[in-house]
Amino acid sequence: MSVTETVDIERIRTFVAVRRAARPARRAALSLALPLVGFLIVAFIAPILYLLVTAVDNPETRSILPRTLTALESWDGVSTPDEPVFAALAADLKLAKEDSTASQAGKRLNYEIPGMRSKVLAASRMAAGLEAGPYREKFLDQSEIWAAPETWSVIRRNGAGLTPYYLLTAVDLQQSPSGGIEGVAPDQAIFLPILGRTLLVAGIVTGLTLILGYPVAYVLTIAPRTIAAVMMLMVLLPLWTSLLVRTTAWVVLLQSDGVINAVLMALHLTTEKVQLIFTRFGTVTAMTHIQLPFTILPIYSVMRSIQPTQLRAARSLGAGPTSAFWRIYAPQTLPGVVAGCLMTFILSLGYYITPALVGGPQDQMVSNFISVYINRDLNWGLAAALGVVLLLVTLAIYGLFLRLVGADKIKLG
Amino acid sequence: MKKAYATTVPVLGLLALAAPALAEGSISVMSFGGAYQEAQRKAVFETYTAATGIKVDEQEYGGEIAKIAAMVESGNTTVDVVDVDAPTLLQGCDDGIFEKIDWTRIGDQADWLEGTTSDCGVGTIVYSTALAYNAATLPKGPTVIADLFDTAKFPGKRGLWKNPATNLEFALLADGVPAAQVYEVLSTPGGVDRAFAKLDTIKQDIVWWEAGAQAPQLLASGEVVMTTAWNGRIYNANKEGQDFRIVWDNQILDSNYWVIPKGAKNPEASLEFITYAVEPQVLAGTTKYIPYGPVRASAAEFVTPEDAANLPTSPANMTVALTLDNAFWADNGDEIRKRFTTWLAQ
Repeated sequence: MSVTETVDIERIRTFVAVRRAARPARRAALSLALPLVGFLIVAFIAPILYLLVTAVDNPETRSILPRTLTALESWDGVSTPDEPVFAALAADLKLAKEDSTASQAGKRLNYEIPGMRSKVLAASRMAAGLEAGPYREKFLDQSEIWAAPETWSVIRRNGAGLTPYYLLTAVDLQQSPSGGIEGVAPDQAIFLPILGRTLLVAGIVTGLTLILGYPVAYVLTIAPRTIAAVMMLMVLLPLWTSLLVRTTAWVVLLQSDGVINAVLMALHLTTEKVQLIFTRFGTVTAMTHIQLPFTILPIYSVMRSIQPTQLRAARSLGAGPTSAFWRIYAPQTLPGVVAGCLMTFILSLGYYITPALVGGPQDQMVSNFISVYINRDLNWGLAAALGVVLLLVTLAIYGLFLRLVGADKIKLG
Repeated sequence: MKKAYATTVPVLGLLALAAPALAEGSISVMSFGGAYQEAQRKAVFETYTAATGIKVDEQEYGGEIAKIAAMVESGNTTVDVVDVDAPTLLQGCDDGIFEKIDWTRIGDQADWLEGTTSDCGVGTIVYSTALAYNAATLPKGPTVIADLFDTAKFPGKRGLWKNPATNLEFALLADGVPAAQVYEVLSTPGGVDRAFAKLDTIKQDIVWWEAGAQAPQLLASGEVVMTTAWNGRIYNANKEGQDFRIVWDNQILDSNYWVIPKGAKNPEASLEFITYAVEPQVLAGTTKYIPYGPVRASAAEFVTPEDAANLPTSPANMTVALTLDNAFWADNGDEIRKRFTTWLAQ
């Protein structure tokens, strides 16, 4: 055994001993963090898991039409099914009518075949009154939808406990009757354009807050203390005001008979009222205003930690003012810039009340649709799928930032 | 720490015991808040308490069915009666989150206006989506629904609700489809095309509103020359000094409903409250505070002539009216809304 090896072993022993001695303290620290961990699991991780599950969960058809699904196993997939399938459907719907679950099956199938909801309801009412077969003629008499093979292939496909339907819909795709994946009709393709629009608006807002906010943050760091305090208050004040109040204030400013138009007319800069509200311009302006503090504060906190002497040193070593700024100062503010931009970008992705109030019909963002599908349509599957898409896009962008600038370069504090 | 815990548990236990006792003699009712609930408070809740001694605990919500569904699914229904709009009624009834109504207790359905009765709900009021304009700035205003689409006669922007429901109907009505055939036409793909084609003719002149309060605001600020609006909003703006007029021609009627959410603590008490709330005199009483029509024909005799003039359901205003077909929208709403969204973006 060489001398260095003995030293190494000694070192490891000491290290292990120190670690062992510190274990109770570490445990205590960990147990103090437990409430937070528990809170995060309940309030953050569990809902996200639930969101992921909801986006693919497909219980309705399986639980409400089990006999029909069994009978459909021997169906050829191209013709109208035979009597046994209709008899099974009648039995399922009869039970569904008693449990009042028919409409749930109808609502689920209605997502894929518009009009199916009332057809299923009508059929369940009819089935409840039928004592004996043959059922096939009765269903076919009631609606031609029961003759269409597409109807049956949709029912058969939804026998699976998990469905790709919601996730596909969230990116404007659908399953064709043969099982392949294809784009939806052009007049039904809304989610990808909306996602693109959401990213675009968030990008523009982020860029504008950076252009407007960077100089403000710089001035905040070099201004005399009293002036800096007042400026800081002006930066923070909007942050303390309700989002809705700030948005409504922009409605007052931007509307056709609003303050901005009145000033423009009084100055004879324009003779006709300018359309400011209900436009992309209005949306971006209001959102930029609301997001400014989120971009300014991280940049400011990083700028404050940069020694002003470095700039002076650069100048005394011969760098011009521009060169000193761009080569010495600006690179050091990058962690704050990235953090601020990331924060504003991600928050902007989730906007919906501001675009709804000051934006035009082409300014609605993804969140707006998520809220509609949750609150009004009770289509939580599609809402969850849109949420998943938004989450993935956000994570992708976050990952891209990490790759571009490195995790250590982002200072979110 | 331990001591605090030891005292907290019994206290919580006592509270749990006391809760049902407190709930006795009171009923929890949830409605839409604002001027609407204010009217219900004066005309229904306070008179109910006066008549029966049962206190009404009020709650407010924004009409989100998700809120009721979450309550029912978690097995903790804290309200006894809820006021819901028609799509919520239909959806909740389908999903089984509302109790079925025992109509033998409420009375003969023949007395009720079209569309105000349902397996799960009892009508509260009838409201109208109609064309409105500002008489202060437009003395010779529109008189028929076709004027909404006539930009030669009435140049300027018009406000429409950012939702295909009511707009497709208005488009077909203005295009000459009789009210009785509107949904027949809309049920064909060609009918939806026709409605969109009609909307295309004024597309550049439309300002879309989303919240009900925006419509009168658009009129007041001069942003639009006319707008479709919910009649109660126009009436309220007039109370605040505006001179808005409603064009009753081809108005579209829709209703709200009382429902009992599944798992309500005392469905019997809920039903008793509803039975009281839809008594003709009580229904008529609401019209003193807000111009929404009573759901029963027999309430008409208790309404004063001044109030009747503002009601969408009074015979003079009802000459040409369409009742919104919520079953049609439940079937086709999702598809048409997507088409509407792509159409907006074009």
